[in-house]
Amino acid sequence: MTVTDYQKTAYVASQAADARISFDIEAEGMTLNIGPQHPATHGTLRIIVRLDGEQVIWADPVPGYMHRGYEKLCEVRDYAQVTTLINRIDWLGSFANEVPFILAAEQLMGIEAPPRAQYIRTILFEMARIANISLFLGDMGVQLGALTPVFFAFRDREHVLNLIESATGGRFHPNFDRIGGLKDDLPKGWIDECKQAMRRIRSFCDEMDDLLVGNAVFQQRTRGIGVIPRDIALEYGVSGPNARASGIDWDLRRDEDLPLAWKHCDWKVWTHPDGDSFARYWVRLQETREATRIIEQLCDGLPAGPIRAKVPARIRVPRGEVFVHTENPLGEMGYYVVSDGSPGGPFRCKIRTPSFSNISIVPWLLQGVYVPDVITILASLYFILGDIDR
Amino acid sequence: MSPEAESPEATDVVVAEPEAETSPPTERHGQMVAALRDALGDGVIEHAYSAVDAWVRVRPDAWFEAGRVCKERLGLSYLCFVSGIDWKQAPDLGATKRWDPDAEPTEDPGDGPGRWTTGVGGGETRFQVFARLYDVTRHVGLTLKVDAGDGLDGAPKAASWVPLFRGADWHEREAWEMYGLEFDGHPGLRHLYLPGEFEGFPLRKDFPLLAREVKPWPGLVNVEGLPGEDEPTESGEADGADA
Repeated sequence: MTVTDYQKTAYVASQAADARISFDIEAEGMTLNIGPQHPATHGTLRIIVRLDGEQVIWADPVPGYMHRGYEKLCEVRDYAQVTTLINRIDWLGSFANEVPFILAAEQLMGIEAPPRAQYIRTILFEMARIANISLFLGDMGVQLGALTPVFFAFRDREHVLNLIESATGGRFHPNFDRIGGLKDDLPKGWIDECKQAMRRIRSFCDEMDDLLVGNAVFQQRTRGIGVIPRDIALEYGVSGPNARASGIDWDLRRDEDLPLAWKHCDWKVWTHPDGDSFARYWVRLQETREATRIIEQLCDGLPAGPIRAKVPARIRVPRGEVFVHTENPLGEMGYYVVSDGSPGGPFRCKIRTPSFSNISIVPWLLQGVYVPDVITILASLYFILGDIDR
Repeated sequence: MSPEAESPEATDVVVAEPEAETSPPTERHGQMVAALRDALGDGVIEHAYSAVDAWVRVRPDAWFEAGRVCKERLGLSYLCFVSGIDWKQAPDLGATKRWDPDAEPTEDPGDGPGRWTTGVGGGETRFQVFARLYDVTRHVGLTLKVDAGDGLDGAPKAASWVPLFRGADWHEREAWEMYGLEFDGHPGLRHLYLPGEFEGFPLRKDFPLLAREVKPWPGLVNVEGLPGEDEPTESGEADGADA
């Protein structure tokens, strides 16, 4: 009986609990564990790679170290309580997780938030994007051995986190979005501080441009590494900046008609034709700049008015099914909500997270690459473990 | 909160069933459904529209072909997700959902066919597989559904989409471990999240959620002292303060 690579992988994966063994040497090649606690993984992802010398024969990611069963928990909570859970999916851009779920509930109930709430939602959504991506912009340097960028990233990201905190009360988990609107209005003086912070973020982007994008070592380590062709990206469901770096001109902020405020702004969707690690970095850098422009325009055009629509005191969502997706910092995030009309929570809530699909491409992408590039590629795909495992 | 406030009578009102849409939300949605009906013949059992979306339910033997037509002829080349759903209403969940810890569990709906209600697009079996595909150039999506069986004699089944969409691999592995759905043609259904020796299918409605069994849900306190049932209130300023 011949044993296929796939069966070997299955065997090794089934031994996942035995983390004491970090590698074992056999006749043909070597099996190496990357993680669960490797600094290149944002959280506890484990990747088993089979090596022939320095080259990867196959790779098998083992998620699940952070599986919290949110889809089951959503079924036993009511709609208002679900937002607390889903804050913790992509914990670097928490507010962006809440929006599509709340929009899904609103769509089923047939209500829409007032314009001011839509604007503030969009501002906080883009803040979440900056908080999420700016860490990536610095972290990518660390994975290549450059320590300075990540300190700059933490320094400037703090301004955005402070703004999120002063508006919502939570640095990481705002839990601010409500069915029909928002919990509170923005505090006084917030808009002015916000504009200052956006200028800081833009100068941070310029610094990253100088430090990394223009750096010869950085370019050599990322150009032509980990190329994802367009059709492969679509088959795997790769979305967000990773897809746009493969030349897919698709951004749900522009392409989906949602009751949010992007349609009132002048901004650009950046794509890159190369599909390599460099392109993924470059696209995210441009997106951070665009996000600061969007926030500034929304701050200028912020309409007055109420921040919540009239909703019943006790939320009851009518029977129905709906899928709402938005362009989150990591890619397309969507909630397929099935309501059975009872006063509790959703009957079924399928959470479609971007990192899950973005990482499912890893077995294909890592074939034949060299070990040092494994880290670059993983870092450039940029995933959050809570977003894979849910 | 008094038990009367949460009585079943109080919960059986107000739910406004939205009118079923009969016309497609956009021209493209109508074209896609027509093309699927054209290509699959009676393989398409039912289709449904909402104000923004479209659903198509196909026969189990047409599931793979439906995916192929969508991908190759309709331009729906982006795989959003593949997942499963269990339409059985869990007996204990009824009580939990009414927020009443002392309520009698609702009657067990049983396992036989026809003892559950399915959603948009209809359905005849307890388990369904549903998938969502998207067209990144025309910006339209479509949800496909297929009946997978009741799970009474053997595991519920559907054809695998891995030969069409490589990304279906992980999605189907997840559906397999969470619902016990089997996918014919999948290269290797093995655990994705859970440890290898895990028994049971957590997202099935009859799989108990241990945390709720051992301790009442503390979130119950949040609903105390709300204003009168189902009265729409001006919730901008005073949520409950005026009650």
